[in-house]
Amino acid sequence: MLATTSGLAYVLGDSIDTDQIIPARYLVYSMTVPEERAKYGQYALSAVPIEQAGLPEGGIPFVGEGETTSRYAVIVAGENFGCGSSREHAPFALREAGIGAVVAASYARIFYRNAVDGGFVVPCESVENLTVAVRTGDEVTVDPDSGTITNHTTGQTHALRPLGDVAPILHAGGLFAYARQSGMIAAR
Amino acid sequence: MTLTEQILARASGRDRVQPGDNVWVNVDTLLTHDVCGPPAYDIFKREFGEDARFWDGDRVVVIPDHYIFTEDVHAHRNVVALRQMAAEQGLKHFYDVGTPRYKGVCHMALAEEGFNRPGEVLFGTDSHTCTSGAFGMFATGVGNTDAAFILGTGKLWVKVPPTLRFVFEGALPEYLTAKDLILHVIGEIGIDGATYAAMEFDGEAVYALPVHERMTLTNMAIEAGGKNGILAPDEAILDYVRARTDVDFTPVYTRPDAAYQRTWTFDAAQIEPLVAKPHRPDNRAAVREVAGTKLQRAYVGSCTGGKLEDFEAAARLLRGHEVRIPTFIVPATRLVGEQLKTTFVGDESLHDVFVNAGCHIGDASCGACLGGPPDTFGRAQDAENVVSTTNRNFPGRMGSQGAAVYLASPLTVAASALTGVLTDPRDYLN
Repeated sequence: MLATTSGLAYVLGDSIDTDQIIPARYLVYSMTVPEERAKYGQYALSAVPIEQAGLPEGGIPFVGEGETTSRYAVIVAGENFGCGSSREHAPFALREAGIGAVVAASYARIFYRNAVDGGFVVPCESVENLTVAVRTGDEVTVDPDSGTITNHTTGQTHALRPLGDVAPILHAGGLFAYARQSGMIAAR
Repeated sequence: MTLTEQILARASGRDRVQPGDNVWVNVDTLLTHDVCGPPAYDIFKREFGEDARFWDGDRVVVIPDHYIFTEDVHAHRNVVALRQMAAEQGLKHFYDVGTPRYKGVCHMALAEEGFNRPGEVLFGTDSHTCTSGAFGMFATGVGNTDAAFILGTGKLWVKVPPTLRFVFEGALPEYLTAKDLILHVIGEIGIDGATYAAMEFDGEAVYALPVHERMTLTNMAIEAGGKNGILAPDEAILDYVRARTDVDFTPVYTRPDAAYQRTWTFDAAQIEPLVAKPHRPDNRAAVREVAGTKLQRAYVGSCTGGKLEDFEAAARLLRGHEVRIPTFIVPATRLVGEQLKTTFVGDESLHDVFVNAGCHIGDASCGACLGGPPDTFGRAQDAENVVSTTNRNFPGRMGSQGAAVYLASPLTVAASALTGVLTDPRDYLN
């Protein structure tokens, strides 16, 4: 069973690249030292051009000034989410900010792979592009196992694509957990 | 099977594979650098134990290159962490900062040091790892978790990609470089046009390119979403590799049974000098369409645009002239930096051409291609227009949120540096 994620949606457009998700200058920070780790949440999505931040209106920062987590729990995005660099810091930053699931019309493959193998966030693919059906601030619930995202604000439920080949890795909680379960590497 | 399928079949111990198969492959080489090496090593220790050893330290190549010439203390700490990892694991392929072994940009250094070998499987913690596919190998970028898994097991799961084929027929006109060809492809298929797919390059104009220029084609496969870029090796590749390594390798070649998902055929002579306009690599325009756009900065550098061939091209136009806007020259590797002083246009070294033209020359590293810490050489400032030989122009990529970056060939960057506005290089070549 994958956890469902409920909370406020934050809506973004197409081809949000990893430099927008976490700018390169912040990659110097440790992903393990707690006070540095918090910076990944603080600067998550900080380079999205402000007019495209939080659609449809825009101008809505993902993380408030001086805060290290976001009030939003679900990202809803268009095509090709996470394109660009291979930095695993990108799905990591979203999780540090408090995101439980991303629902995009499609993904760039390295981001998708990193989200799955690192067990950071569940990358769900929507059947329809939902960037109009969901508005920033709508209350939503994402249920990856049943393959739905419900928008409580509009009362509509939308279909997600099946998780496919990566479902066993997602269910295990990441690549290492999956490899241990399947006996590929030694159990602890 | 296509080139990519042949390599993945061999690496997974199968007679054949087809697109969509999920296979575990044996890894020949893992590349990492200063940004992703330390967190990958943290994950390795967490998962395999504090005293665990790499599966094969001789197959791990560590090339710090991202944040080198900066006062940033956290960046320095990451290099120290790499040093500690190399010492603990007894790594012989560590190219440490501040030593004669320091190289610069990892993708170029892999080629120079003979780590790019036809038929092999290379993973790297950098999306431009696909560059190495120019050598007829399967090469792709991964995250820290995947890298840590490889460090412990020597294996990784891969979904076999379908192959898209791009053929450039005819001779390459003198006003074009590999950069124009790949910007043409990305503009044609879009920023996600090759998502999950292998991009295979072929044709007379492609094989007429020198080895390093072919790396510019495969480098930017990721800018169309590609999993890997690849070319079948020819004699030029084999000679290049044999001159740099004694390691045995088994090339794969194009076979008649290769099935391509789709083939695009272009006439090289019909392509014009191109740019990718802000803020996407697929935002293609002919330079002529945007000629006259005011610029505040020009940049020649990076894994895709900081090779000796890029500087030779830029010097063709800069020689005997002065730039009108701040122009930054950043060799990919230290070797390229040395070659600037030993490669001549007429009686002038490339280095002197750039100095006399008023350019600023920096030290070999990734430099301002990805912005980096605020004191990074050549980094974009404020709201300015930049023309650059680099490979990405997403918002904020070169360090300034307000900057607008035009990606272009070194010829176009040089011509534009001389005028201060976007300029078709044919205006200067003629």
